[in-house]
Amino acid sequence: MDDLYREQIIERYKNPQYRGRLNPHDIAFEDDNPVCGDHIGITIRIDENGHVAEAAFDGHGCAISQASADLLIESIHGKTLDEVKALTKNDVLELLGIELGPVRLKCALLPLKALKAGVYGLGEANDDLVE
Amino acid sequence: MSVQRAFDVNKIREDFPILNREVRAGVPLIYLDSTATAQKPNVVIDIMNTFYRNSNSNIHRGVHKLAEEATALYEKGRDQVANFINAPSSRLVVFTRNTTEAINLVAYSWARNNLKTGDVIILTEMEHHSNLVPWQILSQERGTRLEFVPVTSDFMFDMDVYHQLLRMEPKLVAFTHMSNVLGTITPAEEIIRLAHQAGAITLVDGAQSVPHLPVDVQALDIDFLAFSAHKMVGPTGIGALYGKLALLESMPPFMGGGDMIKTVHLQSFSTNEVPYKFEAGTPAVAETIGFGAATKYLSDIGMDAVAAHEHEVIEYVLERLEEIPGVRVLGPSAKYKGGVASFVLNGVHPHDVAQILDHEGVAVRAGHHCAQPLHEKCGLSATTRASFYLYNTIEEVDHLVKAIYKVKEIFD
Repeated sequence: MDDLYREQIIERYKNPQYRGRLNPHDIAFEDDNPVCGDHIGITIRIDENGHVAEAAFDGHGCAISQASADLLIESIHGKTLDEVKALTKNDVLELLGIELGPVRLKCALLPLKALKAGVYGLGEANDDLVE
Repeated sequence: MSVQRAFDVNKIREDFPILNREVRAGVPLIYLDSTATAQKPNVVIDIMNTFYRNSNSNIHRGVHKLAEEATALYEKGRDQVANFINAPSSRLVVFTRNTTEAINLVAYSWARNNLKTGDVIILTEMEHHSNLVPWQILSQERGTRLEFVPVTSDFMFDMDVYHQLLRMEPKLVAFTHMSNVLGTITPAEEIIRLAHQAGAITLVDGAQSVPHLPVDVQALDIDFLAFSAHKMVGPTGIGALYGKLALLESMPPFMGGGDMIKTVHLQSFSTNEVPYKFEAGTPAVAETIGFGAATKYLSDIGMDAVAAHEHEVIEYVLERLEEIPGVRVLGPSAKYKGGVASFVLNGVHPHDVAQILDHEGVAVRAGHHCAQPLHEKCGLSATTRASFYLYNTIEEVDHLVKAIYKVKEIFD
């Protein structure tokens, strides 16, 4: 239990640092997890050098998906879009610092899926983005 | 209520081997997810194993010993299922994969040949997606119109609005007999009587009611009844559609193939009789035999006794859950519902609740339970659902409550 609900995750869930919606923004993407009805929206502002100047997330979901979003958004500040595209499942798991079963993994990876679909400019997110 | 006193839950639990397992070392399983699928008693597991070990064959056309045995067992399954719902004849039971396929069979075969643009179909706001999406697909294709009986503020079927909707002269009233989220038992007899007065055909989604209540298709005057074996201690992959003979006979086949035909020529075919005309291809033989055994198992206990036990359990569940600060249960009072308790816990997402309960050995479900519109109406994206069946005990309810306090501890 302590492994799954580390204090950091509960803390980020209760007091997220990057919750919101940027307006205007350069990139926006929204996605749902049909299994649990989680919803995530991501907005990003890019600076003139092509780095992430600011990013935020909104939506609703479980502690894992919300904490994952908050930590992920924090981690991409200052990154180039190519660096964001290169993010993987393992990067998210490292941020969360926990091991997850297949169902909860979907919760954890929903933010990354939405983020990468947005950065790639896709019409629809897919699981290949977070392999 | 002498039946109720004879009901011994501990004896019943011995019939279900899975209830003895632990989910992790030292953590026994507390299975509170029977609304999703019920556990299986030995008699169901054994009869299917015995079939594969001893009698396995394809059915109907074979003349060898095994084919005859398999056919007899398969048709015995049909007789048992028909008896269970008091169908006037076994012919009126069509085997499908599940409730969903049974509803789709009606949507594709009956509705596409009887409904036209502008015709009204009445559904309710508490339908499972399986009794909603087939009618949405039909409406997109044929221009039929969907109207919805609302759920009242106390989570009941809104009879007043239903009366008004019936003035639109609906062709079909398709409704759940028991909500898989709220547990609400709808007044099927009255709904059907009024529908018939208005000239409509009725389809009852019995996925939750047939496993948990005595359901008599003749007493209720049901036109179509759809239900699944796996929710009533039977195997997955098999369900049934009951239909009145005149309706079934008037309907064209749903799928083409073997077994559903009488004769086939290069350019044409003639259909087999009811129910075979709807059972194209090799059916789920072992599963049908298991389905029959499941209905016999429940009949031997008595559906009145099953319903009475669940009522006792859900009364206690509601009482205990309402004691917990921050918990809100969706659904009517115990008097009007089956053994389902969907709830929300303030400040904690249902997925997290379910995860922590699992850690305590308590298996529940979190999500919208295939009833997204109902959750939207309640202003929720998801709930945690604990559901109960004949093998659940009062002690398991206490365990559930203890585990919910654990969730609060972690999140507070």
